[in-house]
Amino acid sequence: MDLFEYQARDLFEAHNIPVLAGAVATTADEAEAAAAIMGGKVVVKAQVKVGGRGKAGGVKLAVDAADARTKANDILGMDIKGHTVHKVMIAQAAPIAEEYYMAILLDRANRNFLVMASVAGGMEIEEVAHTQPEKLARVGIDPNVGITAAQALEIVQAGQFPAEVANDVADVLLKLWAAFVAEDATLMEINPLVKTEDGRIIALDGKVTLDDNADFRHPAHEALVDHAAANPLEAAAKEKGLNYVKLDGEVGIIGNGAGLVMSTLDVVAYAGEKYGVKPANFLDIGGGASAEVMANGLSIILGDTDVRSVFVNVFGGITACDAVANGIVQALEILGDKATKPIVVRLDGNNVIEGRRILNDAAHPLVQQLDTMDGAAAKAAELAAK
Amino acid sequence: MAIFINKESKVLVQGMTGSEGTKHTGRMLKYGTNIVGGVTPGKGGQTVTIEGKELPVFNSVAEAVAATGANASVVFVPPKFAKAAVMDAIDAALPLVVVITEGIPVHDSAAFYAHAVIKGTTRLVGPNCPGLISPGLSNIGIIPGDITGPGRIGLVSKSGTLTYQMMYELRDFGFSTAVGIGGDPIIGTTHIDCLKAFQDDPDTDAIVMIGEIGGDAEERAAAFIASYVTKPVVGYVAGFTAPEGKTMGHAGAIVSGSSGTAEAKKVALEAAGVKVGKTPSETAALMRAILNG
Repeated sequence: MDLFEYQARDLFEAHNIPVLAGAVATTADEAEAAAAIMGGKVVVKAQVKVGGRGKAGGVKLAVDAADARTKANDILGMDIKGHTVHKVMIAQAAPIAEEYYMAILLDRANRNFLVMASVAGGMEIEEVAHTQPEKLARVGIDPNVGITAAQALEIVQAGQFPAEVANDVADVLLKLWAAFVAEDATLMEINPLVKTEDGRIIALDGKVTLDDNADFRHPAHEALVDHAAANPLEAAAKEKGLNYVKLDGEVGIIGNGAGLVMSTLDVVAYAGEKYGVKPANFLDIGGGASAEVMANGLSIILGDTDVRSVFVNVFGGITACDAVANGIVQALEILGDKATKPIVVRLDGNNVIEGRRILNDAAHPLVQQLDTMDGAAAKAAELAAK
Repeated sequence: MAIFINKESKVLVQGMTGSEGTKHTGRMLKYGTNIVGGVTPGKGGQTVTIEGKELPVFNSVAEAVAATGANASVVFVPPKFAKAAVMDAIDAALPLVVVITEGIPVHDSAAFYAHAVIKGTTRLVGPNCPGLISPGLSNIGIIPGDITGPGRIGLVSKSGTLTYQMMYELRDFGFSTAVGIGGDPIIGTTHIDCLKAFQDDPDTDAIVMIGEIGGDAEERAAAFIASYVTKPVVGYVAGFTAPEGKTMGHAGAIVSGSSGTAEAKKVALEAAGVKVGKTPSETAALMRAILNG
């Protein structure tokens, strides 16, 4: 899960990383009230989970509370790269002397964690890596050892931070590591990390990604979920424990196993080129395709008004095809008149003969079976075109 | 021959007394896998009977190894306790540990992977994988044993069901070993490890490599193929239609910005001389053409 900037700020504060006062507002009234409490100049910042908001006009300086209201009015409702701004953060303005960079992230290639720190901040780190690589420290961290105080100082020196801020920056790095571990993060980035004119080191903007697999040990992370932004179909699927991603096509997809479902999307996309149709969603029903899971999946997909046909693609490994077939039959009984779209089914693998027999015997008018994945994909695409 | 597992594999099941562990212990025993016992902390000293075989349960992997001579384990322990279980197996210097569990926090995987590297005595497969099978010899994990039999194709895949699909498509040829390496961001055994083992395995003639969006493991595998692998390799990559920034089922399957795309992986593999199929069936047809000369 990616966090909003204001959530990252709050998380940093909870882990004693120095931040400025900040408050989140969803209306101009709230923005004005927050600015009045802070006093003086404030920055009004669009809260969107996408980069480039400054260039898009989503960050504005306000001279006082009344101005903060105006600026919030301008920014709320803006569209930034397809993301509508529903919230702004009101942040205390600070006179900035220098901008630095610091991040800790999961490094998939090296299978450990990576610290990046640079005296050159405030811009995309890829740009620094490209134009001033000598100013960027990149150090792999052994997760069982962590970062020692001495190592933090070495990293800061390698990132070419000036000597007078080295201790303070190293201290921020140690706190960032502690936060990264404590919150099960896969990314914590501070950009920029600034030195103010009065010499303080402050995390001015942050990006945080948390590991959803670790939710079981972080009950507090549930409150960070942005329910408003979730697609209603995705939200409904999540509630039922289904692995579902909404896409913008017409062929609904249900399959078992993430790889096979991704592959099914691709095969449908190829088959659909001829008919101008595309896959409407990703839905992995996983190992246990019970009638209930199948019914839940089918009802989500049939509830998608974009869907014109459905392709159920199952290779029975542990899952038995007869169980899947029974699931489909029972799901259609449960759905009754709500099921109105043609369903193409391809079953293979464990107990396939029995599975196909069950569907043949049920002879549901909406259901047709094909023997191969490619053939079934072509049929589902053709039906969606009509 | 086969790679990583064979008739000599003596297997412990960590989490054997749980429902998944019991179910799959039964399936593996039916296949002929030499299961020698289970490990469940706190239940040591008990025995359980699965598929007519009486199996001892131990509190730790070290105890189990001392008593049984086990040289591999398969982990069905839930995510919450998986790190402790894998650390236990690594501390016991078990040569092969196959982690089936899905949903392990990546900080935990990073910790046990780093521990395994430092100890240097354990090959990890997974996590979030279906395990591996050397048809006719041994089956460690949850890959169905009845899809196909022994043959001379080696298969390495991030995805379980695509592994089954490909084994099914090429069932008339059979496989030396099929390895499901898992779909998590951090995994123990990589495409490269399997490609090297298959290249060095006299009983493997050709290799199918299945990848998916996320990370750059396929690109690195492509570079490895160019420098080391002389046997024919056929590839498949899933996720061409996956949108940016969305996790597609597997925790590691995500396109971030412009990195981790299926297209980039396909291009890299083709540049290394790998024939890449557009669909699983086309991939199987490419392999079929190679094997038929």
